[in-house]
Amino acid sequence: MTDLQQPTRDWAVDFDHTSEDYAQSATEIWDDLRGRCPVAHGEAHGGVWMPTRHEDITAIANDTEHFSSEGVIVSIFKPEGLAPMGYAPPITADPPFHMDSRRILLPAFAPKAIDKLEAATRATCQELLDELLAAGTPVVDAAVQYSQNIPVRVIAHMLGVPQEDGDRFRLFIHRIIEKPGTYSGTIQPEDTLVYYIEQTLIRRRQEPPKDDLIGYLLGLEVDGEPLPDAQIFGTIGLLIIAGIDTTWSAIGASLWHLAKHPEDRKRLAEDPAVLPFAVEEFLRFYAPVTMARIAATDTEIGGCPVAERDWVLLPFPAANRDPEAFERADEFIIDRERNRHVAFGLGVHRCAGSNLARMELTVAIDEWMKRIPDFELAVEDPDAVRWSTGQVRGPRELPIRILRTTEAG
Amino acid sequence: MRIVFDRDKCQGHGRCYALAGDLFDADDEGYAVVLVTGDLTDAQTAAAQLAADNCPEYAISLEA
Repeated sequence: MTDLQQPTRDWAVDFDHTSEDYAQSATEIWDDLRGRCPVAHGEAHGGVWMPTRHEDITAIANDTEHFSSEGVIVSIFKPEGLAPMGYAPPITADPPFHMDSRRILLPAFAPKAIDKLEAATRATCQELLDELLAAGTPVVDAAVQYSQNIPVRVIAHMLGVPQEDGDRFRLFIHRIIEKPGTYSGTIQPEDTLVYYIEQTLIRRRQEPPKDDLIGYLLGLEVDGEPLPDAQIFGTIGLLIIAGIDTTWSAIGASLWHLAKHPEDRKRLAEDPAVLPFAVEEFLRFYAPVTMARIAATDTEIGGCPVAERDWVLLPFPAANRDPEAFERADEFIIDRERNRHVAFGLGVHRCAGSNLARMELTVAIDEWMKRIPDFELAVEDPDAVRWSTGQVRGPRELPIRILRTTEAG
Repeated sequence: MRIVFDRDKCQGHGRCYALAGDLFDADDEGYAVVLVTGDLTDAQTAAAQLAADNCPEYAISLEA
């Protein structure tokens, strides 16, 4: 029974993407808004616009003239005067500087480079599953014991930093992405991402060059000049922040789905050829990432006036659920053949790590299904699973009851 | 049918060469390269259509 006295929030004029109630019901909120007020506004964080139609989100992603990437994580602290490089290029960079800062990273994330990481990623997943099953407990936490550890280890390996630093990365990400602005002024300087990168770079500059991503950035010369320190610093920050909770959210959400849908578990177990299509449908249906922009000029979104310097969220997951853009948009179809989903964004800022993320998600699900082909949610109410707040969406605890396992092969 | 590929629209999502590796490849930065520029067989046409239908940027189409 509904308590009529309970104040209800009108998401059209009062949304806050960092609130717990938004995190638990984001999909329903987007669907509701798309039907009655497709460009919503919230007063929190100094005022934020949020389009929910595929068409509007596409238009903004492709319009770097009116929408700057100087700020990509909505916070009360709005970056100013940092364009065109921003604090974490290339994601925070605007054209034309953007392309130069992106081009230096692309070869490291191109398919041929990512293929070389697959064997190590598979070994990581197998190791985690061995640990998970070793205890012999019927209920495990697939987010904490499995999903969250995979991208941390892969990124640490790529950067050439100790795997043990992964716990710190997750803490940095929690503060920066899940609760932006909340921790300002409360953290010791030695406990920040900035300090971590500074110390790492001081150490690495004293050591002989190494063949990893940090070594590559330190050794890189463009037109005979090394990269500016601020660019090296910002790009390493981006690599730590962007590739971890995003991928972990996608893996966790995919397992959450499979835990609730026996018919999809069965299909994957019986027909491994469906996995590539399933991965794309996981990415469409549970796209983790909402980006943001700052209006570079007075402009409009779908006819709605937006003022210069206003925050704008780009909820790619909402675009992926728009019935104008996808047939049976609200249905998960494990072998969906036509799937132009925008989980990795659109336009010049297409996620530079998309090939890596896709490989990790594919391997993580494949290895899980091989060892644990049958499982279910270990909570009665699916809503009891806590989803992250902020611009990266995924389950943060995922109690799973293991129904059947197979021997490691 | 032939493949029409708009390089300016391609952002390197990589869907085409994942789905139709005989028709598309990746360059060193992950952008698509068309491998078959002439007339397609029926089987190639089906694969090319699948690639086109999965490109988020609408960079691929087929023409007679």
